[in-house]
Amino acid sequence: MALLIKNALVDGNKVDIALEKNRISQIGKNLKGNFDEVIEADGLTALPAFIDMHTHLREPGFEYKEDIASGSAAAVAGGFSTVCCMPNTKPVTDNKYIVSYIVNRAKQVDLAKVYPIGAITLGLKGETMAEMGSMKEAGAIAMSDDGQPVTTAQMMRLALEYAKDYDLLLCSHCEEKSLINEGVVNEGENATRAGLKGIPSCAEDIMIAREIILAEMLDTKVHICHVSTASGVQLIREAKARGVKVSCETCPHYIAGTDELILDYNTASKVNPPLRTEKDRQAILKGLADGTIDVIATDHAPHHYEDKVVDFSLAANGISGLESAFSLSYTYLVDSGIVTLDKLVELMSKRPAELLGLESGKLVEGGLADITLVDLDKEYKIDAKNFKSKGKNTPFDGWKVKGKVMKTIVEGKVKYSV
Amino acid sequence: MKRDFLTMADASREQINELLVRADFMKKSILDGKKDMDLLKGKNVITLFYENSTRTRCSFESAAKYLGASALGITTSGSSVKKGESLIDTAVTLDKMMADAIIIRHSVAGAPAIIAKHVKAGVINAGDGMHAHPTQALLDMYTMREKFGELKGLEVAIIGDVKHSRVAQSNIVGLSKMGAKVKVFAPNTLMPKGIENQPCKVCKNAKEAFEGSDVIMGLRIQLERQQKGLFPSVEEYNRFYGVSAERLKMCNKGVIVMHPGPANRGIEIDCDVLDSQVCYKDEQVTNGVATRMALLEWVCADQKRK
Repeated sequence: MALLIKNALVDGNKVDIALEKNRISQIGKNLKGNFDEVIEADGLTALPAFIDMHTHLREPGFEYKEDIASGSAAAVAGGFSTVCCMPNTKPVTDNKYIVSYIVNRAKQVDLAKVYPIGAITLGLKGETMAEMGSMKEAGAIAMSDDGQPVTTAQMMRLALEYAKDYDLLLCSHCEEKSLINEGVVNEGENATRAGLKGIPSCAEDIMIAREIILAEMLDTKVHICHVSTASGVQLIREAKARGVKVSCETCPHYIAGTDELILDYNTASKVNPPLRTEKDRQAILKGLADGTIDVIATDHAPHHYEDKVVDFSLAANGISGLESAFSLSYTYLVDSGIVTLDKLVELMSKRPAELLGLESGKLVEGGLADITLVDLDKEYKIDAKNFKSKGKNTPFDGWKVKGKVMKTIVEGKVKYSV
Repeated sequence: MKRDFLTMADASREQINELLVRADFMKKSILDGKKDMDLLKGKNVITLFYENSTRTRCSFESAAKYLGASALGITTSGSSVKKGESLIDTAVTLDKMMADAIIIRHSVAGAPAIIAKHVKAGVINAGDGMHAHPTQALLDMYTMREKFGELKGLEVAIIGDVKHSRVAQSNIVGLSKMGAKVKVFAPNTLMPKGIENQPCKVCKNAKEAFEGSDVIMGLRIQLERQQKGLFPSVEEYNRFYGVSAERLKMCNKGVIVMHPGPANRGIEIDCDVLDSQVCYKDEQVTNGVATRMALLEWVCADQKRK
């Protein structure tokens, strides 16, 4: 199977991209040859397809919210060739059998490449280490107790030590539970105005500090999930400066949104960590620009309508994020002049690939043909009801954004077209 | 000058060599059925065990008896230890009964050294906490030397709970002193801090541990370590750190497998390996008696008790 993408913009130059099987065979002007299919890009920009380090696909167990088929469709519709799915499934992805199931099911679906993230502890309970080595053999790409942080420092210490043997990245959802109480939104002025219980930013920062200290002492790597606070960014910046092997991600909703959004009690804006203040948002933007934040991940958390059509305190946490990630990031980072397009590609493709040890994440001759074609000038309104994802839960529904994913190619095959 | 045997670090190469050579004689004797020697006739050897042990205590007591010494065994239950007598008081009491050698096992590192300072009898360390188990190292070295002729240049991989193992500690010190190349392999969580500064190579994977090895020494994994979260499960432990017939194929020809015992069958060593010709665990038991005979003879030799 040979495919030719004609007239795509790569680094600002209009070129053709030839694909042979699953790889990019040539990038250049006026490429000739025998191709099974020719795609006229007509000035669309070609980017290395995005890689999401933090996705919830919900299968097995919560298929009413999302399944591997709908989640994979949402991924490619969002320009992602690759997603890494979190283990808070039912049963929990804490053993090689569930890992294998997900790997095989994703292959049947055959849209995006899906890499499971295994649980650090059995049942996400923080008590007994899960078989990380066996899960890696079965195809798990990293480990996390996402949503249920490893409570004791001792367990996290042992897990980091053990994972080092297998060169496995541990992704930590940082949340000191004792500080949450019954909080549902960011503690501060807007929580008070809304009369909703607050979650202090220190709940996140304290555990970020713990993970940094442990990783530093053990001389091993650790990845901080969905950073949302100004002080968290600063902790990571300082740790990196003294050589700690810490990496981190933030999400499009912390780039585009603040806790202003909770004021209308729209439960679509309930997410964990919560949307923070404008000051925090500015710190996230600075962290993205100066390299403190490595990756933009979606934390795609699809929920059923019923999970959200309740009062704020009972509503499920999470935002369906795969299909708006690029547009929100492009609009609030590149179009607004915070970072370059190259930097955005680094955040969404190159760095995730590096952290996870994946070959993809770059657009080069000989490299894997994971390519997303985007229309950078296209302005449109986010329309949640047309999401491929079963989860329509987004506070950005109806927002006007710029930059649209038009086509997604995964290992040489077109998996999504507008 | 009284003679103690407390750590491999204290023992000189010459002394270790002498003991190993002498153990050859002892082994030959007991294999020939000569278990009524009078080399230690009139000597009194006391084993003072503050930790449960069958094989080490019986090994010492047999060794003493085969040499003609009287052997008295004390375990914590049924002794005045339970009545609150201190370690030193107990040891001095035994000493004043004119013991010639006191063999002690204690869960606290350094306990044998403390006793040695307070008694006239020779003190042998039969295992103290996570510190040292020098007579195990001695019998291990004897077993290797008997099989391969010399220790120099041998490649020995110690695999298992290195962190909590006094056997590993004594073997690393002893074997490297005798010119063997020691490697250690364990999950990070079972590797002691600072191991990289000890005379051994820290292996990152099974291939590094097994490849080129002449001796594979498995260590007993304490199952409660799993409960404390130091590794996920015994199944995964066996999968990545277990001694299997398949992994032994990476070793040098003529490789032997050793284990201080008792082994967890199918966990640190697969059953088929444990029961095969390459496993020297039973040989080690006999060698334990022989080397302890040599050691008791040495400890009691210059004993000039008044």
